[in-house]
Amino acid sequence: MDLQAIAFYVLSAVTIGSALMVVTARNPVHSVLFLITTFFTCAGLFVMLGAEFLAMLLVVVYVGAVAVLFLFVVMMLDVDFGSLRSGFARYLPIGGVAAAVLLGEMILVASAVGDRGAAVTTHYGASPYSNTEQIGRVLYTDYIYFFEAAGMVLLVAMIGAIVLTLRHKPGIKRQVIADQTARSASNGMRIITDVKIGQGIDA
Amino acid sequence: MNFWATPVGWSLMTVGGVMAVTVGVLVSLAFLLLADRKIWAGVQMRKGPNVVGPFGLMQSFADFLKFVLKEPIIPAGADKIVFIIAPLITYILAFGSWAVIPFAPGWVVSNINVGILYLLGVSSLGVYGVIMGGWASNSKYPFLGALRSAAQMVSYEVSIGLIILTVILLAGSMNLSTIVEHQAGGFWNWNMLGGGGWKNWPLIVVMFPMMVIFFISALAETNRPPFDLSEAESELVAGFQVEYSSTPYLLFMIGEYANIVLMCAMLSVLFMGGWTSPIPLPFLHLPFWLSEVVSFFWMAVKMGFWFFMFAMVKAIVPRYRYDQLMRLGWKVFLPTSLVCVVAVSAWRVFVVGS
Repeated sequence: MDLQAIAFYVLSAVTIGSALMVVTARNPVHSVLFLITTFFTCAGLFVMLGAEFLAMLLVVVYVGAVAVLFLFVVMMLDVDFGSLRSGFARYLPIGGVAAAVLLGEMILVASAVGDRGAAVTTHYGASPYSNTEQIGRVLYTDYIYFFEAAGMVLLVAMIGAIVLTLRHKPGIKRQVIADQTARSASNGMRIITDVKIGQGIDA
Repeated sequence: MNFWATPVGWSLMTVGGVMAVTVGVLVSLAFLLLADRKIWAGVQMRKGPNVVGPFGLMQSFADFLKFVLKEPIIPAGADKIVFIIAPLITYILAFGSWAVIPFAPGWVVSNINVGILYLLGVSSLGVYGVIMGGWASNSKYPFLGALRSAAQMVSYEVSIGLIILTVILLAGSMNLSTIVEHQAGGFWNWNMLGGGGWKNWPLIVVMFPMMVIFFISALAETNRPPFDLSEAESELVAGFQVEYSSTPYLLFMIGEYANIVLMCAMLSVLFMGGWTSPIPLPFLHLPFWLSEVVSFFWMAVKMGFWFFMFAMVKAIVPRYRYDQLMRLGWKVFLPTSLVCVVAVSAWRVFVVGS
């Protein structure tokens, strides 16, 4: 057994194990931490497939940014674990049906892909381009419109979220750095003479 | 068959490389930590640690013993497993990222094609040690510190990513060794001056500010002063590490310093030509092993320079307020680096040509 096989079995065992723990862990924070482990080991599997660019992207985008936000939200929530479990029996049939449908679909897709032979690892050793360059070539030529459209969708979603939550409260003191640095002795201070005793000065 | 090509030989070789890098980094960290404190003391006209060993050189080892021999205290309400894992994550990730740093030609544990992305990925994972530590402590000060620090690290990651893009565009590769070789031949080829000789010097307008922004973002990314909001001792006691003591705390601290030195290495590799000499020395005709050592020497000098800058900033600059930090990251650095990415790619296409 060579090192690749050992690495593959270790990574996939950890992936499946931690994916199981995501749904079975009692504490939602632990669930998110297991989810992160799952993402990370999936990145390891990508590396084994020779898709190192995708692997690093998975780590940077999902683990480094998206999952951090997950963790933020889950940590801030004050979840009552008792009430979370209460509807288990009631939702079991619906959840079970959804899970069964998903499982069936995945088996169909996997077997169809397996039939066409796409699951066989293809190594682009002969190609002069690294897989980063290959992805770039496809993404910015053949699929440029889809790529740009996806970017626009994300931008619209972001603007929408900002518009929904942005509130300008009146009466808040804000720091204007440009004004601060533009201040000089001539406009930043004044000399007061003739202060009358017992009267003070108006600001 | 060559022994080093068999799985056993390969494993031995890799483990040896990993050990060499880890031990080397750890030992140099001990002295860099002392240097940090000495520089800090010098700025404040103190002597700094000077009791243990000659000039206090053994101070870090004394501290190490003290940390290790104390009792680790785990708070009663803490999530024990996460509490212990958090410093381990910080420590392991901090050392894991050293795998792709080239110290001299071929002196790299793993010479992968996406080295920069790997560094970016691992440093974005570093935030988990902080969040988990803060949350598992089950206390308000660490939690607030962890939240602050996580938000800060995620924000500055974005501008670091864009700055790295400009370097990738100049070198045309994400392999760190290739990036260094691209800057070989003298200081006029360094990326901070445009990367690629005299004809690229107009890019200095873009690349030098990029280097400065990278340095400042590195300060924020490693939670160093003036951006040490996560452990602002006047407000949050010590941020996410309040509840940590003894060895777990030591792991956090070593991890933090390993990340700082890693940032120094990244600054050297990305902008100052890594192991290459600032002045070409072909007339010396050095034997192979000596030229390797000289390469390592240049890398060490550059990293030392950047570490000195880190230490000086800590000594001189006052701490930022939280809203100022966020404003700097999102409203100044992000647009600036985005414009610079566009400028550098335009230069690549229209001036250098493909």
